Amino acid sequence: MLARLIAAGVLAWLNLSLCLPAFADVERGGAGLLRIYYWQAPSTLNPYMASGIKDIEAASLVLEPLARLDPQGEMVPWLAREVPTYENGGVAADMLSITWNLQPGLTWSDGSPVTSDDIKFTVDYCLASGSGCAQRDKFRDVSAVETPDGLTAVLHFAVPTAYPYGPFVGPQAPVIQAAQFAKCLGAPAGSCTGANFAPIGTGPFRVVAFSPGDAARFDVNPSYRVAQAPGFDAVLLKGGGDAVTAARAVLVTGEFDYAWNLQMSPDVLAAMEAKGNGRIVTGFSTLVERLVLNLRDSENPVSVTEASTRPAALPMADIAVRRALSMALDRALMVRIGYGAAGRVACNIVPAPAAYASQANDSCAVQDIPGAQDVLSKAGWVDEDGDGIRTRDGRELRFTFQTSANGVRQDFQMLAKEWWRQIGIRTDLRVIDGSVYFSANPDNPDSLEKFGADIQMYASASDGTDPEAYLSGWTCENVPNSRNGWQGRNVGGWCDPAYDALLQELSVTTVPEDRAALARRLNDMLVQNYVVVPLVDRGRVSAHSNTLAGVRMNAWDSELWNIADWRRITP
Amino acid sequence: MRLYAFRRLAMALPTLLVISVVIFALLELAPGDPMAQLPSGISPEVRADMRISLGLDRPAPLRYLLWLNQILVIEPSVALDTLLGTTLSQNSPRILSWQTRGPVMALIAQRLPQTLVVVGLAYLVGTVAAVVLGVWSAARRDSALDRAGTGVAALGYGLPPYFTAAVLIYIFAIWLGWVPTVYDTTHKVTGWDSMVTQIRQMILPVAVLSLQTTAQITRYTRAAMQDALKQDYIRTARAKGLPERRVLLDHALRNSWVATLTVIALGAPQVFAGAIITEQIFGVNGIGQLLVRSLHTGDLPVVQTVTMLVATLIVLANLAADLIIARIDPRPVHA
Repeated sequence: MLARLIAAGVLAWLNLSLCLPAFADVERGGAGLLRIYYWQAPSTLNPYMASGIKDIEAASLVLEPLARLDPQGEMVPWLAREVPTYENGGVAADMLSITWNLQPGLTWSDGSPVTSDDIKFTVDYCLASGSGCAQRDKFRDVSAVETPDGLTAVLHFAVPTAYPYGPFVGPQAPVIQAAQFAKCLGAPAGSCTGANFAPIGTGPFRVVAFSPGDAARFDVNPSYRVAQAPGFDAVLLKGGGDAVTAARAVLVTGEFDYAWNLQMSPDVLAAMEAKGNGRIVTGFSTLVERLVLNLRDSENPVSVTEASTRPAALPMADIAVRRALSMALDRALMVRIGYGAAGRVACNIVPAPAAYASQANDSCAVQDIPGAQDVLSKAGWVDEDGDGIRTRDGRELRFTFQTSANGVRQDFQMLAKEWWRQIGIRTDLRVIDGSVYFSANPDNPDSLEKFGADIQMYASASDGTDPEAYLSGWTCENVPNSRNGWQGRNVGGWCDPAYDALLQELSVTTVPEDRAALARRLNDMLVQNYVVVPLVDRGRVSAHSNTLAGVRMNAWDSELWNIADWRRITP
Repeated sequence: MRLYAFRRLAMALPTLLVISVVIFALLELAPGDPMAQLPSGISPEVRADMRISLGLDRPAPLRYLLWLNQILVIEPSVALDTLLGTTLSQNSPRILSWQTRGPVMALIAQRLPQTLVVVGLAYLVGTVAAVVLGVWSAARRDSALDRAGTGVAALGYGLPPYFTAAVLIYIFAIWLGWVPTVYDTTHKVTGWDSMVTQIRQMILPVAVLSLQTTAQITRYTRAAMQDALKQDYIRTARAKGLPERRVLLDHALRNSWVATLTVIALGAPQVFAGAIITEQIFGVNGIGQLLVRSLHTGDLPVVQTVTMLVATLIVLANLAADLIIARIDPRPVHA
């Protein structure tokens, strides 16, 4: 009796500590094959050589970081015993080091122990010159790694780092096995095909077969640290076709258990869900579909304060014009037409986590066409000749609006064109193929960075929960121009020294509440100056079969982050 | 005859070289960026590092010569090494895909079986059906069967594969539920049951593709047969009292083979090129799907190598068609 009580207690504790859904009989395997559809199939299983999110997510079945982000964006320890913080002494007060402690007894899927040397090696691997490591941004500031014992790794930073959770947090920067990748340091990293296609990991599954761009097969990692997990014996991750093929295979015909990234017409998706075979799951993080207004005066970035005093400047330099453009938009309708359940009205460029989201701009949710007309008239923009286009000092409100070829974006272009017509602004639309538009090649005249139009629309996100790196994209030095080879994320060309100063303050602030307050102020500067016009907070949308339980959609980490807990149920 | 074959082969080589230059130049001039799929948070410096690790910092003519050396010297020696166990290649740099960072030839070798099985079978089924239908409808001219054949051909011509595939998927996979909508490329045939599964998942893509092939070839067969049936020797054969079956197959079909075989031989390389749209719709991840994906992601080494291989096959198929015709019909060579 006592033994049973203890056993029940241990099980309850395990359930709590591992966030396992409380199933009656939790044990490893037995649920057979889990079939997952990633219509964009992974092209490698090494996140450090990844060319997109698909590769990182597929690798997350095998490779694990020290800490992950949960669906709320909270950090949870994964391979580490706990998340190092200023309070528990894991992060040094001078912001120059962070100490990670591995859980004791961890092994790789080949049975060898995971040690702090693997952590040190991973840093060396990504920073080795010539490797072309895709995640170098996360490791850039790490100057040295100290390994006082087999379970402890101290990462030293070259500069004070207020948010030291770049390396080893999230699926982009997992720990790789030193023994397997030892020969892949530097230039040979890319051609280490054997290791890149079948990395040895600590995750619930291990790679059995991988054909890049097509399919991957996994089976249970026999040395996985949790005895009762994973629930499935094997995983098939299949690619090909498009989002509609994927959604149909799960929601209509039931051939697959899980389909990833179902960006498609919301009414088609809803009709498929209505068949009753599966459910659509959504998760929100920081991906915001936005308009960027071009403030560049040919080569030179325009400072807002300076621009408003120059009457002959570009119409877009007038904040009244930018404000009117934003006020005329009916964001709720855009969400309904373009994204359905997978979108929310966005009035902030940093929409999450909750503490970082400003409340000051919420009024943008309501369309106000008379208000926009009023704003323009008061600023002196009037339609004198009755052609429907407002003018001032001989300059017409006539803009070119460009974006990438994508059904939803073209719908949004048409909607915006009509609303702006109603407030006396004429819009010419331009559509560029995505592979050209998002190509940063300096010779490409149609790139996002060259911005050969007045208005452009695209989506971008903050990587992880801390927005410092993301917000640093709007500094003066980040304006793309011919001198820096058209690199940089401040594509609108807005430049305000006050913003740069505030960002500098953020980079030395460690208290989370203060960081959040500063991030909200920076967000408000961008949004209230109409440097960017947020439209839709875009969620991730996927679907899973009714026979699959345990899915906890996570937009901050890999969607497959808790695949060890997925189980088969009879609906 | 042998001299003729050699002369044609010698002419094919400069053609292939010109094709390779044109392919490289077109891809070089086309916009696109292998880094375009990366998450937007990745900094320009890291992108620049990644570009260098792909060898993109070298000038284009040098990259062309390197690629030419790889495809003419290194890849064949790697192939010989694997076949014969020699060490000719000595770890020279192979053609690597920018997306997967793996050898392009390994990718092609992985994809080719899918394409050969599905597209190859469809071509076989399509040609056999086309010849049977063509002969039959020429023999029973203006009959109901001839009209039905013409109808099928017009349908195959008129309906694009993305439409027929969608309709067939809706009827047989969704409505009736007889076959899967997604082709499982990892499925292995080990016995009777798995063979049945394989046939079920192949039926729809093969049907869609063979309808196309049938439509293209049957019109030629029918026209060539009708020409042959008007000839004097057919009347003679009939006058001799030969059974109609022998008149059709031994006399008319044999004389109309030239046109039909040319069309069949010229169409054959498409078996290796894959079927871009049909592969995409059914998730048959063969060569066609590889080509499209590589184009979308700016993976130029894969696009170059695949298009070059297909171009070579087309040139060789042309050559083969000429030689076959010379064999069954000596007139063109002597003329």
